[in-house]
Amino acid sequence: METVILFGPLVGAIICGFGYKLIGERAALWTATGLLFLACLLSWIVFFTFDGATQQIPVLRYIESGSLATEWAIRMDRLTAIMLIVVTTVSAFVHLYSFGYMDNDPQWKEGESYKPRFFAYLSLFTFAMLLLVTSDNLVQLFTGWEGVGVASYLLIGFYYRKPSANAAAIKAFVVNRIGDFGFALGIFALFFLVDSINLDVIFGQAPELADTRLTFLWGEWNAANLVAFLLFVGAMGKSAQLILHTWLPDAMEGPTPVSALIHAATMVTAGVFLVCRMSPLMEFAPQATAFITVIGAATAFFAATVGLVQTDIKRVIAYSTCSQLGYMFVAAGVGMYSAAMFHLFTHAFFKALLFLGAGSVIHAMHHEQEMTEYGGLRKKIPYTFWAMMIGTLAITGVGIPLTSIGFAGFLSKDAIIESAWAGGSGFGFWALVIAAGMTSFYSWRLIFLTFFGEPRGDRHAHDHAHESPMSMLIPLGVLSLGAVFSGMIWYGSFFGHADQVGRFYGIPVAEAAADAAVAHDEATGGEAAEQGHGAAAGGEAAAAGEHHAAFAGKPGEGALYFAPDNHVLDDAHAAPAWVKVSPFVAMILGLAIAVWFYLVNPALPARLAENQRPLYLFLKNKWYFDEIYDAVFVRPVIGLGRVFWKRGDGSAIDGFLNGVAMGVVPFFTRLAGKAQTGFIFTYAFWMVLGIVALVTWMSIGGGAQ
Amino acid sequence: MMQADLTVILPEIVLAVYAMLALIGAVYSSRDDLAPALVWLTTAVMAGLAVWIATGTGGTRIAFGGMFIDDGFARFSKVAILVSAAVVLVMSQDYMSRRGILRFEYPILVALTSVGMMVMVSAGDLMSLYMGLELHSLALYVVAALRRDNVKSTEAGLKYFVLGALSSGLLLYGASLVYGYAGTTVFAGIVQTVSQDDLSLGLLFGLVFLISGIAFKVSAVPFHMWTPDVYEGSPTPVTAFFATAPKLAAMAMLARILYDAFGGISGDWGQVLALLSLLSMFLGAVAGIAQRDIKRLMAYSSIAHMGYALMGLAAGTEFGVQAMLIYMAIYITMNVGTFAFILMMERDGRPVTDIRALNLYARREPGKALAMLILLFSLAGVPPMLGFFGKFYVLRAAYEGGLIWLAVAGVIASVIGAFYYIRIVYYMYFGDEGEELDTRSSPALWGALMACAAAMILGIVNMFGVEAAAAAAAATLVN
Repeated sequence: METVILFGPLVGAIICGFGYKLIGERAALWTATGLLFLACLLSWIVFFTFDGATQQIPVLRYIESGSLATEWAIRMDRLTAIMLIVVTTVSAFVHLYSFGYMDNDPQWKEGESYKPRFFAYLSLFTFAMLLLVTSDNLVQLFTGWEGVGVASYLLIGFYYRKPSANAAAIKAFVVNRIGDFGFALGIFALFFLVDSINLDVIFGQAPELADTRLTFLWGEWNAANLVAFLLFVGAMGKSAQLILHTWLPDAMEGPTPVSALIHAATMVTAGVFLVCRMSPLMEFAPQATAFITVIGAATAFFAATVGLVQTDIKRVIAYSTCSQLGYMFVAAGVGMYSAAMFHLFTHAFFKALLFLGAGSVIHAMHHEQEMTEYGGLRKKIPYTFWAMMIGTLAITGVGIPLTSIGFAGFLSKDAIIESAWAGGSGFGFWALVIAAGMTSFYSWRLIFLTFFGEPRGDRHAHDHAHESPMSMLIPLGVLSLGAVFSGMIWYGSFFGHADQVGRFYGIPVAEAAADAAVAHDEATGGEAAEQGHGAAAGGEAAAAGEHHAAFAGKPGEGALYFAPDNHVLDDAHAAPAWVKVSPFVAMILGLAIAVWFYLVNPALPARLAENQRPLYLFLKNKWYFDEIYDAVFVRPVIGLGRVFWKRGDGSAIDGFLNGVAMGVVPFFTRLAGKAQTGFIFTYAFWMVLGIVALVTWMSIGGGAQ
Repeated sequence: MMQADLTVILPEIVLAVYAMLALIGAVYSSRDDLAPALVWLTTAVMAGLAVWIATGTGGTRIAFGGMFIDDGFARFSKVAILVSAAVVLVMSQDYMSRRGILRFEYPILVALTSVGMMVMVSAGDLMSLYMGLELHSLALYVVAALRRDNVKSTEAGLKYFVLGALSSGLLLYGASLVYGYAGTTVFAGIVQTVSQDDLSLGLLFGLVFLISGIAFKVSAVPFHMWTPDVYEGSPTPVTAFFATAPKLAAMAMLARILYDAFGGISGDWGQVLALLSLLSMFLGAVAGIAQRDIKRLMAYSSIAHMGYALMGLAAGTEFGVQAMLIYMAIYITMNVGTFAFILMMERDGRPVTDIRALNLYARREPGKALAMLILLFSLAGVPPMLGFFGKFYVLRAAYEGGLIWLAVAGVIASVIGAFYYIRIVYYMYFGDEGEELDTRSSPALWGALMACAAAMILGIVNMFGVEAAAAAAAATLVN
């Protein structure tokens, strides 16, 4: 079954991409889409029937070269199961959505066949992503990692007649190369250290790596920390974290379904997945995880600030994605991998929903993406409006504080913020809370600018604004369900009591001996879901350092690994009420300011931008990251390349070779031709000269006494 | 005693007696129309001898008091000589009979020169060496001038004769110096008096003269000047013969005398050979560029290839000898195939040698053009053709023998030389429209061309066992 899930999309991509002329365009598109829905169905079956025990399903012999020997196998555990449903569900509905969205694309001329190519790329991407999440060893994972990179490149540059799309595709590819370089170094280092690339072997040796020193560049490092750091560099590139984030906003040049699938729901979360996958290693790398926390929190904050002032609807959501990925990394960084996966899971639904909703708006407005040209679309496109509302309610985290009732984002985001507090990262906690407020502001700003107020911009476009076809609305509806309920349903499994989480991930759980804990357990009825957000009593008990149950797996046992001293889950549940309420308060504040700015007093934002011009420009220009990179890296490299090209290649190498080939060699050729006179005496003369030279040379330089 | 000696030299005696009987018979009947039959008969005799030698007893046998040595090295060389001579003979027949120059002397002379070559590679004494060399050369002088009515052919024969006499003189002078200082002409005796510790200048002079004399035969620079003229002037089948068996014979003889008689001072002759090798490779590559005549071009190609073969010898190691033998075997195969193609180049029944006549040849004769392409790439040393592996062996020998500079130079020279091979490919595939060549081909030529081209590709699997045979041969010479 897992094999069908993995290879179904590949078969679809091949049939659709190469066979559409044979079987017709419609049949090709439906083949790809049908296979993905099949994969999706099977994935949900796998998810629900999975018992938590890790298993390996061999596919074929993969690499055998010296001590580097590995099979291509599917690693089936809870992490894989979660990723399977995320990837196949979003991908299947994005396929469906694309039927409507990609119809009559103005980028292409009448009669040009572009849809099979698009669907083939989508399916190819899905295959690569599944390859990534199912891999049992790091090289296989890297293959999928690069595969999604290629698919992303192809899809960002799908409108290849647009120079900006090509530039964005190249930028995404190049920036990702930097991350991948780190990732590759990490794999090399691991192979060097444990002589294997199989995850099981690596996990088994993780504790020893923590005591190993490794020389790298200028110094000696702790092996576990260094490897974890290098792997995270790869994750930074793929997940658009600060420093390597610049490609993600530009990637919005791709068609909107691509943004929803690749640059929101799946590929960009691969970095988070990688860190969670490597949790047995990360648990032994305290410095590296601290770094992950800082980068994640900084990204969440930075991206949220930039999102405040963007006017392109897709860019707002792109920065929001960047910011939410930061949240996930904070959770992973403080050791609460389960919360990271939880947010990854819910985020996939509501962010895909937001992107597809934005796509629906763009579709309705004839491919206009500037929010300043929107306004008052509530009535024109009601279904889209409600879908976007649900998405916004989910991302801003609307719910009832101190309970586990709320939209998906409410539960998962709060779980992360509590984990950040419990993990002792004050910076992380405050950055995320402030970012939550800003998230609320820019998300509501998007809604207000788009759907409320007076219509702005081209009157013609507004008159012809129309609701999208059914093929686009169904995915919106399905994803809305996920955005509303996915948090409430799976809260216990991802962030509930250690028992539940352990069962979910297949991690052995040991009952702690502390009597107080047991008593407390009985007192509160053991309902972990309520306990998390609920009673203050739980907080006190945990604060006293007593745990009802602790994770007791060895590294590699179960899908995640929590070190024995990792108490973040319990500490988070025991967090004080003000911690638990703070993101909600931040959300309300953000909403209030958005209402004031864009509904009550619409002239205010412009005035504020005028008053605080430097700050406004700073944010508008994304903290000038692109400009700095351009000055520091791009221009010098271009200059250097030009020197090598003109001077090195052109003048020196070509000049030398051409000089030799067209000047020196022909000269000697003519000389040899002249010597060949045709007269015997010349020939004899040369022979005599030759022997004279040889005899002279040997008598002077030879070995004679 | 005499009986045993004669057994050792029996193949040479058989071939010599056959040649004389055939000569007497042909002279008495004085019928040139017997020539085709004689060609086939000679081919059969030589092929039979090759099989005999190849399957004969192993081991090393010495006859006539050390003057004649029959060992693995000699047998390897003899088989290669006989087979290539037989193949060239077969290829000649159609070409020569259609031009009325197939006289009965031709196969007989080839048989005689083959006897000479067999003696050369088996020589264990300066005198038997000279005897074999002269028998071989005298027959070749006549063959070069086979077209008595043609000015170019007679000029070629005469030039070869005069310069050959000069080189013979050099060789003899060297031989007498060696005899004077070593007190013996037997290699086994010379090698005992020659050692690094007290090497007399006279012996060194003798060695240099000997090498020079033989270098003329292998057409190494600067003793190469006759090659382009003789190649161009001789009838093409004769050129094909010049380019194949005699080169291997001379190269094998050089190896024989250097290792058997001067094995102790490989450092000294290694330097001389390295210099000759360097000059040959570069001159062959550079001068060939100017050639429009494919026969002259092949002459320079020969010079360059001899440079590479000498590189193997210059290394002074057993592996170097093996590399040289492999290189020569591959070289002969490539040349047989290429000359089979050249023999088919004609327009209105007249032979054409201008390479520009090959313009767009591939359109009319894709099969032959492809075979020629493979051979030319192989000559240039492009992988995965066999020619590349030949070069690879000698370069490796040079590298392992400490002659890294020579190996580097060899690579550079091969890049320069690739130009004129690939230019022919260019003409064949992308040239301009021009007068077309005839599409006629004889089965023998077509078969030789295709077989050699196929060997260039298929041989990369195991070189048809040549590699192991060459290793065994080299082992018997260097011990």
